[in-house]
Amino acid sequence: MSTSDAVVRERNPGVPLDLEWVREVRVNRSAVERRASTLGTRRTVKKAWQAAWLLRAVTLMDLTTLSGDDTPERVRRLCAKARRPVREDLLEALGVAPEAIRVGAVCVYHQMVSAAVEALRGSGIPVAAVSAGFPHGLSPLPQRIQEIRASVDAGASEIDIVITRGHVLGADWEALYDEVRGFREACGEAHLKTILATGELGTLRNVARASLVCMMAGADFVKTSTGKEAVNATLPVGLTMVRAVRAYAERTDWAVGFKPAGGIRTAKESLLWLILMKEELGDPWTHPELFRFGASSLLGDIERQLEHHVTGRYSAAHRHPLA
Amino acid sequence: MSKVAEIFRTLEYGPAPESAERAHEWLRSHGGALGHFIHGAFTPVEGRELSESLNPATGRPLARVIRGSAEDVDQAVASARSAQPGWWALGPHGRARHLYALARQVQRQGRLLAVLETLDNGKPLRESRDLDVPLVARHLYHHAGWAQLMEAELPGYRPLGVVGQIVPWNFPLLMLAWKVAPALAMGNTVVLKPAGFTSLTALLFAELAHEAGLPPGVLNVVCGDGALAGAALVAHPGVDKIAFTGSTEVGRSLREATAGSGKRLSLELGGKSPFIVFEDADQDSVVEGVVDAIWFNQGQVCCAGSRILAQEGIAEALERKLRARMETLRMGDPLDKTVDMGAIVAPVQLERIRALVEQGRAEGAQVWQPSWAVPGEGWFYPPTLCTGCAPAGTLAQVEIFGPVVAMMTFRTPAEAVELANDTRYGLAASIWSENINLALDVAPKVKAGTVWINCTNVFDAASGFGGYRESGFGREGGLEGLWEYVRRDDAAHGAKRASARVPRGRPVRKGAARGAGALPPVDRTAKLYVGGKQVRPDGDTCLPVLGPDGALVGEVGRGSRKDVRNAVEAARKAQAGWGARTAHNRAQILYYLAENLAARGEELTARLAVFSGDARDAAAEMDAAVSRLFSYAAWADKWDGRVHATPHRMVTLAMNEPLGVVGGVCPDERPLLGLVSLLAPLAATGNAAVLVPSRTAPLLATDLYQVLDTSDVPGGVVNLVTGLHDELVPTLAAHDDVDGIWYFGSAEGSAAVERASIGNLKRTWVSRGRTMDWMSADHAEGREFLREATQVKNIWIPYGE
Repeated sequence: MSTSDAVVRERNPGVPLDLEWVREVRVNRSAVERRASTLGTRRTVKKAWQAAWLLRAVTLMDLTTLSGDDTPERVRRLCAKARRPVREDLLEALGVAPEAIRVGAVCVYHQMVSAAVEALRGSGIPVAAVSAGFPHGLSPLPQRIQEIRASVDAGASEIDIVITRGHVLGADWEALYDEVRGFREACGEAHLKTILATGELGTLRNVARASLVCMMAGADFVKTSTGKEAVNATLPVGLTMVRAVRAYAERTDWAVGFKPAGGIRTAKESLLWLILMKEELGDPWTHPELFRFGASSLLGDIERQLEHHVTGRYSAAHRHPLA
Repeated sequence: MSKVAEIFRTLEYGPAPESAERAHEWLRSHGGALGHFIHGAFTPVEGRELSESLNPATGRPLARVIRGSAEDVDQAVASARSAQPGWWALGPHGRARHLYALARQVQRQGRLLAVLETLDNGKPLRESRDLDVPLVARHLYHHAGWAQLMEAELPGYRPLGVVGQIVPWNFPLLMLAWKVAPALAMGNTVVLKPAGFTSLTALLFAELAHEAGLPPGVLNVVCGDGALAGAALVAHPGVDKIAFTGSTEVGRSLREATAGSGKRLSLELGGKSPFIVFEDADQDSVVEGVVDAIWFNQGQVCCAGSRILAQEGIAEALERKLRARMETLRMGDPLDKTVDMGAIVAPVQLERIRALVEQGRAEGAQVWQPSWAVPGEGWFYPPTLCTGCAPAGTLAQVEIFGPVVAMMTFRTPAEAVELANDTRYGLAASIWSENINLALDVAPKVKAGTVWINCTNVFDAASGFGGYRESGFGREGGLEGLWEYVRRDDAAHGAKRASARVPRGRPVRKGAARGAGALPPVDRTAKLYVGGKQVRPDGDTCLPVLGPDGALVGEVGRGSRKDVRNAVEAARKAQAGWGARTAHNRAQILYYLAENLAARGEELTARLAVFSGDARDAAAEMDAAVSRLFSYAAWADKWDGRVHATPHRMVTLAMNEPLGVVGGVCPDERPLLGLVSLLAPLAATGNAAVLVPSRTAPLLATDLYQVLDTSDVPGGVVNLVTGLHDELVPTLAAHDDVDGIWYFGSAEGSAAVERASIGNLKRTWVSRGRTMDWMSADHAEGREFLREATQVKNIWIPYGE
């Protein structure tokens, strides 16, 4: 399959673990960094294009709250924002139908899933649960599997889990494959996003190999970070992962999605990630089916930039409704 | 549907043009017509012939520029000459302050310079803004530092004087900086001739430099075409050096034009650089590497990676990836910040690219271009991938200077090296492999001045750039680049004109020198020494050798063209192995040679005395020859390269590599010491030498070959061809498989050697009729000889897992 063709939208069922493929993965860090550093100097979007791209970015957002002090009420507020992420007067000025602009998903801890499902009923916005011992992923495997099942039962249609980094660092690909396979089975119909916690994997080659094994095991998305590691989503890591996605698509015909998460706070950064997707994977990977941002504070900056586009004046945070 | 709603759906890119207003404003401030910049001011254009400077992206005129004449060049050279003593007298710190000010000025005016460059040349603004202009500033900073350090780091060296510099149209401003920065740092003043297509940024730079306080006359810019202004500059007797970047064809004509003039010359010429991809490379990164290699500046790059050599197992996959990548390249208005590729500089270049690609197609190559259309206005050529190219085909051999890459395959590393080196050029190479053993094995084997491992087209002021073979000689950047702009202070060494006295061979009756009644010595037949064997000259004829009193002292073989040919073949065969030996091993052999030479000291001293008539002087020469061998044995493992501090996460290794096969024409003044003074540095650094012994006492050389034989010098490393210089030297100087030639002799002979060298643009080092003080170790041995015996290869090795 060419990455520029329409993507097969059926779920990636996974393929048998191919260790030879895993071992032949090559990533040259310096060259990857060089490419990553010129993505934003080779492409840019201005004026109407910038506004349109930012609106697209809104629709790719997994609006997230992962705080110890989350409450059902707080989550309901977030869900209200998810339904109407951008002020209607701004959308009107931009000539965009309000119903076209809603976020990709709302992402919460298990305890908040039912509140979110309730609050989003009828909106078509999926609820994503971080699960399986998030963010460390080190609780006993049966409990992690059980946690996934519980979140799915509570109505989560997307499950974000973090892999055991030790399997990667120890090159125990069979263990990683089996773990992710188990998670996938527990997900049932829910989509599985595997978080690599790339800040803890040491090398880009490990990032590429781990991405590949997760996809072979049936991941629907590969995701960079929990947001809790010291280093979160960086462009070189993202580039490495999307190239793994491309390699997997080319060899198996299955399209797997990508989700950078953690540290993406500005409208400008969101454009850079979109450019990365468009350049390396093509347009199909610029839609929520195959691309999401994990973000909690990004939306606020995008709203301000959109208002600036409409009014010509720089905006302020308090002019946009809180999540 | 609103525009935003439509773009929201398609997620297309839109235009993002940089404003050209300030650049146009600058042109308007000069009335849209620019004169030369001489002695701190623009010259008037009234009544002068002007040519249009066109914007390649539109074909429309930007401004008119004066066409320089010989008188203009005169004026500029006179200005530079008048400014030079004052500029040198400023001292290192004074010049450093000026260069620092230029660097700061370039940074302050960076956007204006970038936009004007893009308007004039057609390259994408991304490149002029992110690569050209920052590198210009970097070169000025770096050389501000060399100006500051000159006395400490280049003691005993002086500027050359007035330097004429001719730069091409592909990097107008960057090539200016590469040339102007080291020239000014070392105390020279400059007359620069920009390319006819692209003069504008040089004029802007000169104006900005003047505003930054550069004294009048230190930097002059003369516009015009090569045939008139360029030729006048090259021919001008008031110019001490010509530095040229451009085509090999023009470089060759400059070598010819400057031959015998005493002008120093550095040439940075064309290339057909290999881009070698091994099966264990990171292929996605390779693809971006190809983008940087051949679609950077529309492929109008002398070091463009224009030949992809891919290992068979991955070639097909790589080709598929390349095609997919080519579809996503964007070409258009170079001022637009979303384009990868801009316009070709001029219609004549566009036509040349088209014609060469068509020729390649006719020869059977498959030509592939992406499905998108090039802009209708302006001069554009799409990125082009050619496969099925035979190494002998046009696309694999000819420098296209456009966005066209030829792809070929190889099976083994040895074959990759063979294909990589199957070119007359030797500017750059790129090697892609995740196996450092393989990459570092191949890097020294590729004949190229710059080798990039897992990267390509990376430049920095701290690293020298320049070619092997017909890609020219001389380096720009780093310490190695400074030598092009300085000379040794001769006053310190008392160099003098060589005497023209050369004993001429004439028929003499054998035995005339012998006293009556003495027992005749055992007859000896002096032969040539080729490939480690004593051989009779091809023509089987001899030349008499006379002592100072005219008496016959012996005969030497009269070598011919064919003997030179045989000697070069033997040297070529021996050189690779000799160069690959450890420096320690070469040192040992040179020490052993010294030991064996000393063992025959008495005999050789007596021989020397026959020629000089001075036994004490002969003994001193003998001792000096042994000492000289010791010196280069000592140097062999100490002529280290450097690790340049380039501002990337890299090591940049500047390696001193042998030239290869070097011809050496020995001086008449010191028959033994002169020969040893050439032989030893050449051999110590891994060259194989073809030496033409002195005319005065060639018998000494033939005595020497027995010493060579007993000293474990491998056959072919040193070859001695005696005979008439008039017969031998032209053949040696013109030989296309000789990489360099040293000539110690008359001014006329020096000129002839320089003229004859143009075939393969071999490096020449000629004495121009000045004698060395061979007995002085200070003068006639050491670093200068070692520099002339070697060329610097810079190997860029990024690291990080």
